[in-house]
Amino acid sequence: MKNLVILGAGTAGTMMANHLISKLPKKEWSIHIVDQYKTHYYQPGFLFLPFDIYTEDQVKKVGKKFIPQGVNYIQKKIEKIDTENNLVSLENGTLPYDILIVATGSKIAPDEVEGMLSEEWHKSVFDFYTYEGALALRNKLRDFKGGKLVVHITEMPIKCPVAPLEFAFLADSYFHKKGIRDKVDITYVTPLSGAFTKEFCSKSLGYLLEEKNIKLVTDFAIEKVDFENNKIIDYADTEVPYDLLVTVPTNMGDEVIKRSGLGDELNFVPTHPNTLQSLNHENIFVIGDATNVPASKAGSVTHFQAETLTDNILLYIKNQPLKEEFDGHANCFIETGHNKALLIDFNYVQEPVTGNFPFAIIGPLKLLKESIFNHWGKLAFRWIYWNVLLKGIPIPFVSRNMSTTGKNINN
Amino acid sequence: MIKTIKQVEIQVNDEGYLTDFSQWTKEIGVEIAKEHDIEMTDKHWEVISWIQQQVASNNPLSIRGIKSSGVIDIKQFYELFPGGPLKVSTKIAGVPKPKSCI
Repeated sequence: MKNLVILGAGTAGTMMANHLISKLPKKEWSIHIVDQYKTHYYQPGFLFLPFDIYTEDQVKKVGKKFIPQGVNYIQKKIEKIDTENNLVSLENGTLPYDILIVATGSKIAPDEVEGMLSEEWHKSVFDFYTYEGALALRNKLRDFKGGKLVVHITEMPIKCPVAPLEFAFLADSYFHKKGIRDKVDITYVTPLSGAFTKEFCSKSLGYLLEEKNIKLVTDFAIEKVDFENNKIIDYADTEVPYDLLVTVPTNMGDEVIKRSGLGDELNFVPTHPNTLQSLNHENIFVIGDATNVPASKAGSVTHFQAETLTDNILLYIKNQPLKEEFDGHANCFIETGHNKALLIDFNYVQEPVTGNFPFAIIGPLKLLKESIFNHWGKLAFRWIYWNVLLKGIPIPFVSRNMSTTGKNINN
Repeated sequence: MIKTIKQVEIQVNDEGYLTDFSQWTKEIGVEIAKEHDIEMTDKHWEVISWIQQQVASNNPLSIRGIKSSGVIDIKQFYELFPGGPLKVSTKIAGVPKPKSCI
C-alpha cells in the first residue's frame, strides 16, 4: 500500500481529498489528511462578521463533515516534514508518505511589526483575518461612536488582496446605515502605489474611494505601531493617527514549513507556478496559500489549482510528464458596499478588464463594474463554498484556465 | 521611448525605467539619481549593485528583502532613496520597477 498524505484540512486540503478519493486506485493507495483543528472556517465570511452581516454560525462548521469517507482524517499537530526519509512527524507518531501535498495555508504574524501585538491588540488594534479578530472587531464596531478609522495593509503578499479595500467600503456603508458616517473619518493605508493591487484596477476604480470619501495613503512601509499614542509610523517617518486601527498583519506560511526548512523568508514553499510541484522535492506538491506562486492567495485560485493538481498527481503516479497548466486564474467578487459588488477575473499575465462573465454579451455578471447582481453572486458564494467548492465539484461554465470570452481585452 | 542622457540614447518605458539593462552604465545611474535629487555615494552604489544581483538571479525585490540583505537596513534605505526607495533605487539601477504581482 502506498501513502498519499495531505497536510492541512482547510480549503485546499479538503478539496484535494475530495478530488483524489474517487481517482486514486483504492487497492494501491491510502489517503491521509492531517489537521490539528476541528473547525473549518469559511474565511471569506470574516469580512462580513464585523459588520453583523454574517453570524458566527454562518462562518464555521465541523471540518470532519467535509472529509470524504475512505480518507484517514488525523487530528494531530504536525511537528516536522522529514524530506530525506519521506516521513511526517506528528505530535505522537510518524506518517510515511510516497506523495505529500502541502496545504498548510498562511496566517497572520502581527508580531512581525513592532508594537502591533501589544496590550491594545483586539482593543484598539484589530485584525479581521482570524475568527477571533473578526469577532472582537464586531463587538468594537457595535459600540463605536465615531473617530478615525484606519484600514491598513502591512506588506504583500496577503491572503485575499482585495479584502482590506472591501472592508473600507463596507465600513462606509455600515456607518451610513448607522447614521454616523459624518462622525467617522476613514483612511486606507497601503504599502503599494495605489489602492488596488492590480494597476489597471487602481486606474479604473480610483473613483470609488473619492465617491465614498475614503482617504488614501500609499507607499506606506510601516515601521511600528505607536499604540500608546494611537498612530502608525512608517520608515519615512510618515505618521497616520487612528482611534481604531484595522490592520492586515504580515501573512506567513505555517511554522511547520520553517521547522522543516522548506520555505522562503515568509515560510512559503517554492513551487512551480504551472505544475504546482515543489521546486526542491519531486514527490511533494503544494497548493493554495502555502505556495510562493505569484497568484492571489484565495479560495477561487485554490479551486482552479486543485483541478490541475489532481491531474498532475495522477500523471506523476504513472511516471508521465506533468501538465504545465495552471495559469494563475483568479475570480474574485469585490464588495463595494451599499449592496453592490464588482467582479474581477484574471491570471498571471492578464490584468482584470471590463466585460461580461461567464458569457459574452449576456453575462449575467459584469466584470470590473459595480452591480447588485455581483453582490448577490458574492453572497451566493457562501453556499457554493460549502456545497460545491469544498467537494471539488467544478463550477458550471467557469473553467480552470482563464477564458477571454466576454472580456474587453484592449481596454 | 527613447531618452537621451549625456548624449547617449537609452530605451525607457513611460515611467522612465530602462527597458534594456545592457544599456545601463554607472554614468546613466548618476544622472537618473540627480533627477531624484540624489547624490550617489559608495553606500548608494553598494545597494544598487545588490539590487542588480537580485534581479539577475530572479529574486523578487521587497522591503522585507532589504532587511535581510546584509547591505543596509530599511531605515537607511529610506534615507538614501527618499520617496519610495524601491521604486527610485530600481530606476537608478536600470532594472524593472518591482511590481506586486498579486
